[in-house]
Amino acid sequence: MSRILDSGDIGRALKRIAHEIIEHNQGTSKITILGIPTRGAYLGERLGKILGEIGSPTPVGTLDITLHRDDLRLRPPRPLLETLIPSEGIEGRHVILVDDVLYSGRTIRAALDAIGEIGRPASVQLAVLVDRGHRELPIRADYVGKNIPTSSTESIKVLLSEVDGEDGVDIEAAK
Amino acid sequence: MKNHLLSINDLSREEAISLLTTARELGKVSEGGHKKLPTLRGRAVVNLFFEDSTRTRISFESAAKRLSADVINFSAKGSSVSKGESLKDTAQTLQAMGADAVVIRHSASGAAQRLADSGWISASVINAGDGTHEHPTQALLDAFTIGERFGIDDFNFAGLEIGIVGDILHSRVARSNVLLLKKLGAKVTLIAPPTLLPVGVENWGVDVSYDFDATLPRLDVAMMLRIQSERMNDSFFPSAREYSRGFGLDLSRLHSIKKDGIVMHPGPMNRGLEISADSADSMQSVVLAQVTNGVLVRMAVLYHLLAGAVN
Repeated sequence: MSRILDSGDIGRALKRIAHEIIEHNQGTSKITILGIPTRGAYLGERLGKILGEIGSPTPVGTLDITLHRDDLRLRPPRPLLETLIPSEGIEGRHVILVDDVLYSGRTIRAALDAIGEIGRPASVQLAVLVDRGHRELPIRADYVGKNIPTSSTESIKVLLSEVDGEDGVDIEAAK
Repeated sequence: MKNHLLSINDLSREEAISLLTTARELGKVSEGGHKKLPTLRGRAVVNLFFEDSTRTRISFESAAKRLSADVINFSAKGSSVSKGESLKDTAQTLQAMGADAVVIRHSASGAAQRLADSGWISASVINAGDGTHEHPTQALLDAFTIGERFGIDDFNFAGLEIGIVGDILHSRVARSNVLLLKKLGAKVTLIAPPTLLPVGVENWGVDVSYDFDATLPRLDVAMMLRIQSERMNDSFFPSAREYSRGFGLDLSRLHSIKKDGIVMHPGPMNRGLEISADSADSMQSVVLAQVTNGVLVRMAVLYHLLAGAVN
C-alpha cells in the first residue's frame, strides 16, 4: 500500500477545482453542488465551503443513486443513503456532481438518471478527486483532483477525516 | 434479511431499524420529486388477497408501482378459488407466470408460512395478514409513524409507553406490534376486557390492564384496535354500548393521555364503537399519516426483498 495524496494535496486539489468551477461558470451565482454519498457528499461540502469563501455562498446537497444503479441484482441489497436537494432545487442551475473516485462511470450514469427525475438543470458538470481510468461508459469528468492510471486489479482507497479520521488517498496492489 | 417477511420475528432489531430508515429515505426521495423510481423494473409482484382489504392492497400496489414493478392483483372473489381451486394450485399458477414476490392475505393463520415453506413457488412471500396471527408491515408502518411523530430518528423507543386497546384476541396487528415495539425498546401495555385477551398473554412480556381510564395518563400512544365482528362467533361483551363506555376512546379520554400523545388506528375504524368520530378526526390522530407511511414502509420491504441478487 502506498499513499498517493496526503491531506495537504487533497486540500490543494479541492481549492484548484473550486477556482476552475468559478472560471468555467463565470462566478458562483447559479451553482448547486450535489455530492454522492458517502465520501462524495463530504467532498461536496468541503468544495461548497471553499466556493463560499472565494465566491459567494453556494447551495450544497447530496444525491443517493442506489435506487438507480444497474447492478442492484448482482449484489445483496444495500441500505439507502441520504438524498438532500437544496431548497432552491436544481431547475436552471449549474449542477456540480461530486464523487471521490471516477472508475467505470456507472455511478455517474445512475446519478444523471436521478437528476433527470428531479428537474432540468442548465448543465451538469462532474468533479472527482481521483480519476483512475477504466471507463465502461462514454463519461468524463470536468474537474479532476488527480489522474491516477491504475490497473483494474489495484484498489484505490480515499480516506476523509469526517468518516475515516484522516485525509489521504492510498493505492493497494493486487492481492 | 431472509427471503420472506412472514413475521416480525424474521427481523432482527438491526434489520427492522434498517427497513425503517430505508422507508424514511424513500420518503425524502419522493418529496424531492421522484414519484417513480426504476429500481424494480421488470419484477412482478402479485397481490394474492383471499380476504377483503382496501388499504393494505392499495398500499402494496402503490408501493410496487412507485418502484416500477409490475403488479398483478388477485382477489379470491371472482377467481377460480370460488370454484374450489386450492392454495397449492393457485400458487403454482403464479409460479408459472413468473411472480417475483407474492403478497398474501388469508383468513387462516399460518397461510403465508405454508406458502413460503411449501416449495410450490420460488417467489418471496410477504405476509399481509394471516388470520389472527401476524401483520408485519402494519407493525412496521406503526413504528415508523411513532418515530416520525416523536422525532426519534434512531427508532430507539425506550421511555415510550404504548397502549394497545381493544380486541387483542383476534388482532394480528396487536401481535406484530407487540413483537416489534418490544424489539425497539418501548413499554407495551395491552388494555382490554378479559374476554378479548388471548390465552397465554402473560407470556408475551407485556403489561396487561383491564382498566382503560387508570392506564390512560401514562400513555404516549393509544393504539386502538378494530372490533372484528366478522371473527366473533361468541359474545365477548354484553353490548356495543357497554364496550364503548369501558374501552372506547372518546374526547374526554383523549384529553387524559399524555400531552403530545397520539392516537393510532390500523383501520377500518368503527366510528362510535372503539373510537369516537371526534377523536378519530382530532389533531392527535395520526390515522392518515399511517396510511401515507404504509406505502413507504412497503416500498422499503419490497426493495429489501427484491432489489438484491437473485439467489
